[in-house]
Amino acid sequence: MGDFTEAARTAAHLIVGLDAELRAIVLLSLGVSLTASVCAFVVGAPLGTALAVYRFRGRGALIVIANALLGLPPVVVGLAVYLLLSRSGPLGSFGILFTPTAMVIAQALLGTPIMVALVHRMMVDVWADYGGALQVDGASRLRAMVPIMSIGRDGLLTAFLAAFGRAIAEVGAILIVGGNIRGYTRTMTTAIALETSKGDLSFALALGIILIILSMLVSGLTLLVGRALTIR
Amino acid sequence: MFRRSMKMPAIGGLIAAALLLCVQTAAQGQDKSIVVASTTSTQDSGLFGYLLPIVKQRLGITVKVLAQGTGQALDTARRGDADVVFVHAKSAEMKFLAEGQGVKRYPVMYNDFVLIGPKGDPAGVKGNEIVPALKTLKAKAMPFISRGDRSGTNIAELALWKVAGIDIDHDKGRWYKAIGQGMGAALNMASASNAYVLSDRGTWLAFKNRGDLAILVEGDKRLFNQYGVMLVNPAKHPDVKQDLGQQFIDWLISPEGQRAIADYRINGQQLFYPNADDPNA
Repeated sequence: MGDFTEAARTAAHLIVGLDAELRAIVLLSLGVSLTASVCAFVVGAPLGTALAVYRFRGRGALIVIANALLGLPPVVVGLAVYLLLSRSGPLGSFGILFTPTAMVIAQALLGTPIMVALVHRMMVDVWADYGGALQVDGASRLRAMVPIMSIGRDGLLTAFLAAFGRAIAEVGAILIVGGNIRGYTRTMTTAIALETSKGDLSFALALGIILIILSMLVSGLTLLVGRALTIR
Repeated sequence: MFRRSMKMPAIGGLIAAALLLCVQTAAQGQDKSIVVASTTSTQDSGLFGYLLPIVKQRLGITVKVLAQGTGQALDTARRGDADVVFVHAKSAEMKFLAEGQGVKRYPVMYNDFVLIGPKGDPAGVKGNEIVPALKTLKAKAMPFISRGDRSGTNIAELALWKVAGIDIDHDKGRWYKAIGQGMGAALNMASASNAYVLSDRGTWLAFKNRGDLAILVEGDKRLFNQYGVMLVNPAKHPDVKQDLGQQFIDWLISPEGQRAIADYRINGQQLFYPNADDPNA
């Protein structure tokens, strides 16, 4: 237990001390993962809803694919993005490998299947309950999507949090495409991996504690936003 | 209900702004900066943490370090994703040069490898000769952790087995574990399972989770560990930042850079010994 108490003490010191390097790492982690999960939301929410609302050939296959991709290992996504963005790859001329932008791309790719699969699951029920009524009112399926997403916004928030959770927690993808460069692409998770490899286990654990606190703050804020939307 | 949907454009704007910010920070980070593909030992030992602020101050260059194994670092450079490589496996470096991937190799500094193992030394290998030690480890089938990742340390370890007359690929048993991870991970594993492991001295000195481990074999000249630096060939990879990369290399091998390397210490102990003036290194 000594390790854990020491880690908790170190975490408290780090938070109180507001170390400048740590603050930059925290901000980068939040910035990258929030941007990535918002991207995943923008692509995945309409797509997942459409899969619940429309009936077309290949729909079943898309749903199966989205669900299968939930198990996508971050390392594989990282590797694929790396090969695309590498100077020898098709998108190499943009020069964005080993930048925060590359990290956002990788995490957005990881988050999108989560959004699609979860949103689809939740919207199927909403569509079953309200779809008929909306169509009777004369709304086309396309027009019906907006009210359907609005009714199911709690589900959208939950899916967003799941995508964010995946992004903020993963290390495999951003380590490959970001390179864990100090002061530039080092995030909470890559710093934890680094401190572990340096044998500073209690410091690594302390960073983990801070990461959990951050996650709780983001979840809390998102739920507050959700509640505010509901009350109005 | 419809009014709420008006929030969508606002959210879209937010995302666009966030993305723009990201791209912008990326672009800002690019002026006067180079990417150096290096090894875990230079980072985990704290050498870069000490040197890079000096480089920034003296040359105005931000050096972005990728801490990979030697094999992976050279591969990163082969794809054109690094400007400079700073690694420690001369045979692999010469191959890299022969392929035309690098411009010129400069020796920079050396330290040495050490054989780490449980303080009690159950195999009884303590001493200053690595070859008999390895033979004993094999004969007694003592737990041994190998990096197994084509890093400089891994390449050196495999060469040492060969010198000891052991065909490790063929002779390894369950006692020999190739873990495919960095030096720190290998040391963590050895510490948790009281195994033997070959490490560079720098990483060992900076390592904090030693448990019951200690240095058992050191001082053999076969354990010499040379570091070299090369500019990635701009003729092959046009995006290489030739001028900045060469400035960094020139500083490393200059008297000032060499002194800075010699000055880096942990608990008063010197970790790396500059030897840019040794043409055979």
